Parts: sequence; structure tokens; C-alpha cells
Amino acid sequence: MSSHYEAPIRKPLIIGDKNYHDVTVDVARPVEGRANKQWWIAFSIATAAFLWGVACVAYTVGTGIGTWGSNKTVGWAWDITNFVWWVGIGHAGTLISAVLLLFRQKWRMAINRSAEAMTIFSVIQAAMFPVFHMGRPWLAYWVMPIPNQFGSLWVNFNSPLLWDVFAISTYLSVSLVFWWTGLLPDFAMLRDRAITPFTKRVYSILSFGWSGRAKDWQRFEEVSLVLAGLATPLVLSVHTIVSFDFATSVIPGWHTTILPPYFVAGAIFSGFAMVNTLLIIMRKVSNLEAYITVQHIELMNIVVMITGSIVGVAYITELFVAWYSGVEYEQYAFLNRATGPYWWSYWLMMTCNVISPQVMWFKKIRTSITVSFIISIVVNVGMWFERFVIIVTSLHRDYLPSSWTMFQPTFVDAGFYIGTIGFFFVLFLLYSRSFPVIAQAEVKSIMKTSSEKYKKLHEAHDNHSHSENNHH
Amino acid sequence: MYTFSSKLKTLAFVLMVVGALGIGYSFFTAPKSAEEVEAIINAEHAHGGHGEAAHEEAHDAVEVHAVHDEHAAHAEAAHEGHDTAAVAETEATADTVTAVAEVATEHASTTGHEESHAEAAVAHEGHDADAHAEHEAHKEHVEHVYHQLQNKPWAAVYVAALFFMLIALGALAFYAIQNAAQAGWSPVLFRVMEGISAYLIPGAIIVLILLVLGVAQVHHLFIWMDPEVVAKDHLIQGKTGFLNGPFFLFRAVVFMGGWILYRQIAVKNSLAQDNATDNSFYKKNFKASAAFLVFFIVTESISSWDWIMSVDPHWYSTLFGWYVFASFFVSGITVIAMVTLYLKSRGYLEYVNTSHIHDLAKFMFGISVFWTYLWFSQFMLMWYADIPEEVVYFKMRIENYNLPFFGMVAMNFVFPVLILVNTDFKRLSWIVVMAGIVILTGHYIDFFNMIMPATVGDQWFIGAGEIGAVLFFLGLFILVIFSALTKAPLLAKRNPLIEESKHFHY
Repeated sequence: MSSHYEAPIRKPLIIGDKNYHDVTVDVARPVEGRANKQWWIAFSIATAAFLWGVACVAYTVGTGIGTWGSNKTVGWAWDITNFVWWVGIGHAGTLISAVLLLFRQKWRMAINRSAEAMTIFSVIQAAMFPVFHMGRPWLAYWVMPIPNQFGSLWVNFNSPLLWDVFAISTYLSVSLVFWWTGLLPDFAMLRDRAITPFTKRVYSILSFGWSGRAKDWQRFEEVSLVLAGLATPLVLSVHTIVSFDFATSVIPGWHTTILPPYFVAGAIFSGFAMVNTLLIIMRKVSNLEAYITVQHIELMNIVVMITGSIVGVAYITELFVAWYSGVEYEQYAFLNRATGPYWWSYWLMMTCNVISPQVMWFKKIRTSITVSFIISIVVNVGMWFERFVIIVTSLHRDYLPSSWTMFQPTFVDAGFYIGTIGFFFVLFLLYSRSFPVIAQAEVKSIMKTSSEKYKKLHEAHDNHSHSENNHH
Repeated sequence: MYTFSSKLKTLAFVLMVVGALGIGYSFFTAPKSAEEVEAIINAEHAHGGHGEAAHEEAHDAVEVHAVHDEHAAHAEAAHEGHDTAAVAETEATADTVTAVAEVATEHASTTGHEESHAEAAVAHEGHDADAHAEHEAHKEHVEHVYHQLQNKPWAAVYVAALFFMLIALGALAFYAIQNAAQAGWSPVLFRVMEGISAYLIPGAIIVLILLVLGVAQVHHLFIWMDPEVVAKDHLIQGKTGFLNGPFFLFRAVVFMGGWILYRQIAVKNSLAQDNATDNSFYKKNFKASAAFLVFFIVTESISSWDWIMSVDPHWYSTLFGWYVFASFFVSGITVIAMVTLYLKSRGYLEYVNTSHIHDLAKFMFGISVFWTYLWFSQFMLMWYADIPEEVVYFKMRIENYNLPFFGMVAMNFVFPVLILVNTDFKRLSWIVVMAGIVILTGHYIDFFNMIMPATVGDQWFIGAGEIGAVLFFLGLFILVIFSALTKAPLLAKRNPLIEESKHFHY
């Protein structure tokens, strides 16, 4: 009963009679095997969607931004909605790998790899919108403070859109490094198991010569902890900066101080929902039910429920303060959301984000895989509409009634969005067949405290020598 | 079992007596009438009649004049009623002083200090026929300063009462989170947290009494409670559906009652679990904690609008509730760490080791950063957009509370972050205590900055009343929590996670 002690009330995180070798085999199986027909079908659909997106982007860049539904009043619509949505989804990965690491949550170990992959792939999708929603994307490099021949013409550091550039690029780089560092022992495992010279070569390169010495492990742990400590403020600040795009403005409905933490809460909310969506499928198709258990799904549902409630409190706060402020523009902005021409999007958002996570209070529901899957999709629909509502309903009716208008997306708007979903799944499907989707090194570290097999052994041992344990 | 050391008890009583004397002194010396204030202002002028001082005064007046120009931009909004009372009042002040300043500067350049003062004093006293309008403004100014000075002892008591009550609430919220999260490290600290939360009961009663006295017009910390003010202010009129005495007190009773109810239930179950044969009381507490946290997130937000934001009834910020939460939450955790270290040093907490302290210090560090994040978000967004209706809140503070306003950022962020980032330091008692003292002082100043500008304005000063109130409530706090700690064993025996906690090493 030393450092390995775990309270008996804690449920096992690894189900079944698994030993260390079983973990290795289970994690390596999808990588070492061949893709089945369903994978190819899914991959083809994703690729088709991706190519359609490429075509739409090419059309936009070639013809002009006027191919979109945005207009003189509603200058931001689907582009920024999708941007914020993708960035938000990306946040759960860092939450799971960094914040849950800081809080010593052992259950994160089975899901952190895929959550981080999801982060990276969705931040890549997000990063395309700031570039292609520009009127002249070929001048995008001007946002960088690079010494130049225009008398060193500089950028203005006062714009949240510039902060976005730094936030997103830093976030992507740090997440990538964090993810890759964690992958080293797992790539080494695949390298050591490789049969063909080609895979041996590939995983040798990817694993950077990891040999798993004590000193390496010690530094590995330290680096993970430091990166987790850095990634946590990063994840908060990135979505905060995204929220500043709106909150620093003077637009009624946008200018509100709660936006930074509320966007972050919404990001965790939608991100965890997306992780749930992906992992519920992955545990099934990759036969990882012993590692991604119902308890994992339940805990993610609880996070969804908590952050959903925080988002709900923020909605109510905004509504209350709009009334309390006595500012008629603020009051109208919220009246317009609830009863204006986009009322349906507002109430869809409210239903999906405020009501749907509350069903998770019932244990029966949050431990049901089917319901979890449905709710996780509902949440992401709701969170898309949250961004849409904030952006479009605040813009289409603001100070001057003579500028009031509507917004109608075109097929190009939709095509770009569909394209990013396709691209995301192209990347994620490739990942799931070539990367170890569970951090096997980490899972092995909790084997002796948290696996069903060892828990049973402990129990038998405790009952056997009960008097001995009373010394503690 | 813990026995309350007689030394500590004596200290608590001494703090309360000294504090009560300070509070009493500040009430006793507060001006009793507007005439008294007039006399004080005149005395200040007469005293300033000697060279340097007069010059300084004229100089100050010129500065105010410059500020007044900026305020002119707000004037329209103020007439519309969209601006805060603070600006309207500052303007009135500025008008008076401007008259003085104009005369004063004119003469300062020609006839020197002595005469300039004489002229200024004449203008100020309203003997000049032309200055008749200013005389009215001056009357209003005196009235205004009189109210601020009268508010001062009340505000001092209110800030301290609120601060200590919220510390107990912060510790209770932390306790509820630990329960709901099934934390394995903290159960050995549960009795400490339960002891600290005991202060919530007397603390809430005192705050409630202060709120009742406000509604009863005994003090004027909340101007919206004054029907005369409301009659003239259509912005406040628009808010009376929320800001009205009966509903305000009803909310306070419900919120405080709910928090205390959870506290009592949780402590009762926690003690019952000690002698139980199963985990049923533990499970009850798990559910109670989850329910409390839902209640808490809603009521905490609303109560901070009620008890803090509404002292500036024209100003609003959606982030405010969470900002206040971060402030007292970090203070609550800091107090848990400090009480734990004290009890440990007296040999009471057998199973508490440096890893537990390390974890608490990490929370002090992390939530300090979180507080700063919210502070900055609220400040920066208003500074950036610069919308007059809301930016006056910070303008007022930066102009009149410059040192406390920015000083608290140093105390609540820079210092703890630099000192507590080091792993080894987080395990040293003296470092944690030192950081804790700075954090607690910093968050007292945070609450000071939230309440004082709206109640005493530029008449603020940390004197007998403020220090006395802090000492009084500190004494009461120590008395209540350490008495509560004697009532139960300091180790939660049969908590299902207690073994994990006893063997916790990080």
C-alpha cells in the first residue's frame, strides 16, 4: 500500500484480463492490420467532400469573396462562424491532455492521443478560414511583422485579428510538439514490432531514436508537465483572443465582458462533445472497448454537462445584463435574437446547448452509449449555431435601422465548410490507421492501480491480509 | 481533537477589541452635518494660505480643470441619464473647482500665491456676485463630500464583513468541488475546510444586517435604496424591477440560507460518515455537493451583482460575477493553506505532508492567474472599446485609486506567480504563508477597489476605520473557525478516499 494505493470505490479504467503485452497488441493492431472496406468507403466520402471544398475555395479565390453570401452589413458570417467552431472543437484535445494531466486524472490516458489528434486536425481546418476569408489572400503574409522594403511597413498590434494570428499559430505549434513528444515511446513500440523494412524505417524516423532509458523517462515526464502547464493558459488565451474579435468591438451583442471565459467554456463543451462522437465510433471499429470504457464516456458526459451549465449561466447573465444595462441597443440585440428573423437559430442554439446537456444528470442517460452519441452531435450543432447567432444576429441589425439587412449563405459558403469537414476526416481516418491511437505507454503506467485484473488481485490480497493493512 | 490555544483565543479577542475601537473611532469622527464638512473644507483652505500649500491647491485645481474638459465629452450622455452618477458628480465638483482654478491661475501668474489664495477663497465662499451659480454647485459639492465622509466608516465595515464572509464561502465552494470531484488528495483537509466554513453563518448574518440597515436608510452605501435619488434618475428607475429593497433582501436571505443549509448538511454527513458502516453518508454528500455547486454558480453571480455591482447602479459588466468569484475563491484556498500550516505546526494534522501543501499552493498559484485573467479581460475590453457608459468605472479608479488599483495586480498576480512557480518553494511553509499574506491583502484591496469608489469616492483613506474593521473581522473569524475546529476530530475517519489522502505523495 505505498504509492500504488487506490481507493476501492474507484472503478477500473482497463476492463478485462489485460496484461502489458495485451495493451501493446491491442493498440498496434489497427496500425499493423489492413484497412477494411468500411474504412475505404468513409475515406472516399471524406476525400470527395474535401475535394469539393478545394474547388469552392479555388472558386472563391479566383472569382472573389462576393461568391459568398456575406454582404456590406454582415461582413462576417459562415467564414468566422466555422473558424470559431473549429477552434472551439480543437480545445478539448488540449484540455484532455494538459488540464486533466494537471488534475492527475488517470482516465485521460485512454483518450488523450485521439483528443490531441482531433485538436491538431481541427485547428488546421480553423486556420484556413482566416486566410481564405481575406479579399486578397495572396497578401496574407503581410500580417506578419517582417522587415520589408516598404520602409519597414509594420503591422498594427492593436487588432485582435492579429492576436489571432499569433494565438492560432502558437497553439498549433505547441499542440503539435506536445502531441509528438507523447508519441515517441509509442512510435518506438511500433518500430520495434515492425516486420517490413518499410514500416521499420518509417517508425524509426518518427520515433527519434527513443530507447526508453530511466533518464529519458524522467525528462519525458518533466517535459510533459511543463508543456501541460504552458498549454493550459494557452488554451484559455487562444479562445479568449478569438472571443476578443467580437468583445473588443462596439457592436451591441458583441461587446460584453463575459465573452472570454464563456467562449472558453463553450469550446470545452463542444470539444468534449466531438471527442465523444469520435471515440464512441473508434472504440467500436478499432476494438478498444477495454480501454475506452463506458466510464470514460460517462466522465466526458459529465464534463459536457458542467460546461453546458456554465454556458447556460453565461446566456442567462447576458440576457439579464442586457435588460439591466438600460441600453436600448443591447436590449434590442437580445430581443432580436429571441424574436427576430433568426429566432429559429437562437432557439435551436438554446435547446441544443442549455437543455440537451442537462439530461446528463441522469445516470441512466449518461452511461448510455447511444444517447451519448446523439447528444454529442446535438451539442456540436448547437455550438455551431451559437457562433452563428452571435455573429450574424448582432451584425444584421445594429445601430442604424437603415443598415438592417439579412444574410443568406451561398453554396460556396456551404462548400467550404463541407470541405473542411471532409479534410478533417481525411486526416483523422489516416491517423487512425497509422498512429497508435491510445497512448500505450501511459495506459501501461496505470495498469497496476486501475485495471480490472489488478484491482481484483488487490482486493483478494487485502481480504487475505487485512490485519497487515491496518498498520497504515 | 483540537484544543483552542488560549494564546490564539486571546489574540482573537484583542483583535476584536482593537478593531471595535477603530470602527468606533471612525464612526465618532465622521462628520455629523454638512456644516461640519463646510468647516473642514474651509479649514483646509485657511490652512493652505501659506505659500506652498496655496500653490499646490491652485495646481490641483488646474489639473481638475483639465480633467473637466475630458468630462465635457460625457456631459451629453450624463444629461441623457446614460452616464454614471459618478461622472455627473465629478462634473459638479469640477465646475466648482474650475471657478476657483480660473481665478487662482490668473492671479497666480500676476500677484503671487498669497493673493491668489485670497481670491480663490472669496470665489469659493460665494461672496462674489458673479459666482452665485457656483455657490449652488459648491453647496452640492459640500453635500456630496458630506455623504462620502458619512459613508466612509460604513463602507469600511461593509468591505471587511463581505470579504471575510466570502472567504468562508470560497473555502466551502472548494470543499464542495473536492467532494464532487472525488479528490483523493484532500480528504485529510476536509475538517479544516469544514471549520473555516463555520464562519459563513455569523459572517452571513452580519452582512445581512448591513444590507437591512441599507434598505432601512441607516447608511447610504447603495444609492438606489434612496427614493429621492431614484426619483431623479430614470436609469435606476428602469432597474427597480430588480433593484428594490424587499426583493433584494429576499434574494440575500435565500442565497445565504442555501449556502448555510449545504454547509450544515455537509458537515453533519461528514461527521456521520466517521461512525458509519457503509458509504451512504459519503454518497449523500457527493450529491449534496453537486447540487450545491449548481445553486452556487447561479447565486454567486447574482449576489455579486446585488452586493457589489449595485453600489455603482449605472455600471454593469457581464463578467463581474465570475470575477468576484475568482477573487474570493483564491482567498478561501489561501486561508485553507494557512490554517492547515498553523494546525500542522502545532502537531495536529498527523497525515498532512508537504505534498498536500504543495497541492494547495498550486491552487493558490493557478487561481491567482485565473483571477488576473478575468481582471484583465474585464478591464481590457472596456478600455479597448472605450464606451463612455462603462469606461467611467475604470477611469474613476485609475484617477483616484491608482495605487490600490494597480498595486493589487502586483500583489494578486506578479508576486504569487513569481514566488509560487517554483516546485520546492511550494513545499516551504514560510513561503506559502508569505505568499498567502500578500494574496489575502491583495484581495482585500480588490474588494476595497470594488466598493469604495462608489461610496466614498476620492475621500478614501486607509485609516482607523478600515484597519479596525479588518482587525475586528479577523478576530471574529479566528474565534469562530478555531472554535468550530474543536468540535470534531481533525481526521475524517471513514471517508472512502481517506486512505488515498493519507498516503498522498506528489
